[in-house]
Amino acid sequence: MSHGHHHETSSGSARSPLAARVRAMEALLVEKGVVTEAEIQDNIRYMDSRSPANGARLVAHAWTDEGFKARLLSDGKAAAIEFGIDAVASPELVVVENTPEVHNLIVCTLCSCYPRNVLGRPPDWYKSFEYRSRAVREPRAVMREFGFEPPGETRVAVHDSTADVRYMVLPMRPPGTEGLDEEGLADLVTRDCLIGVNVPRTPALAG
Amino acid sequence: MTARFAPGDPVRVRPGAKPGHVRTPDYLKGKDGKIERVLGAFPNPEDLAYGLSGEPERVLYKVGFSQGELWPDYGGPAEDPLYADVYEHWLEPGGGK
Repeated sequence: MSHGHHHETSSGSARSPLAARVRAMEALLVEKGVVTEAEIQDNIRYMDSRSPANGARLVAHAWTDEGFKARLLSDGKAAAIEFGIDAVASPELVVVENTPEVHNLIVCTLCSCYPRNVLGRPPDWYKSFEYRSRAVREPRAVMREFGFEPPGETRVAVHDSTADVRYMVLPMRPPGTEGLDEEGLADLVTRDCLIGVNVPRTPALAG
Repeated sequence: MTARFAPGDPVRVRPGAKPGHVRTPDYLKGKDGKIERVLGAFPNPEDLAYGLSGEPERVLYKVGFSQGELWPDYGGPAEDPLYADVYEHWLEPGGGK
């Protein structure tokens, strides 16, 4: 279950052969008493309750609390639990910090290991063969396609999470955000920033 | 579980293949890197995949490589680092440069 690959039912794929197979397996497991329909629904609800908003809140809190940031960088899982995120049963979480010197990018070339407790379900592109193969080989080109070009003097560090540890990027707080509270800061942090294919933007100054 | 390698140690990823489930990507096989961090010991996933206990546990390392070493045609600074998590039984002492 910890490494369960959830198969999204996006519109149009509900009648795909894969969806049919999943439904058939589900029906059998229920019929044989291995799981109940209620347990399946509870699990789906739990999976859906986890989203990149958790990661964004962690980042915003780290931006406003140096002590928490230090704890997040030294033991991501403990810091996430301290912050109230349900991560007790999750794999270790290593948080890597973007600085002017280093920009970090996360990929799992072997499958799609992903810090689900802080980022929810991975996007389809993260699991694609194309992203997995290109992110390690030409990370700068991949980021360019997401609309982000790291400065030439910045090292790009790729983290291939091949095993029992999950990774998340702590982006740099963008300039011009001094007036924002934690909630406003969290709004700037997208899922893509937490994977590292992009960075948070300074909010357009209204008026 | 004692770790055979310490941060800073040069290592080489063992070349070659092994039948069955493997958690070391092919593009790192035979490549020279450096131990960045000892991540702890975990049940061996290559056995867990077949319903075995995963015992004895294997020490997992975060190993750093340079992109210029991995890909001769890397389209960026050759010193750009790539880190991957590799289990001890896939590592041997590196020659040093």
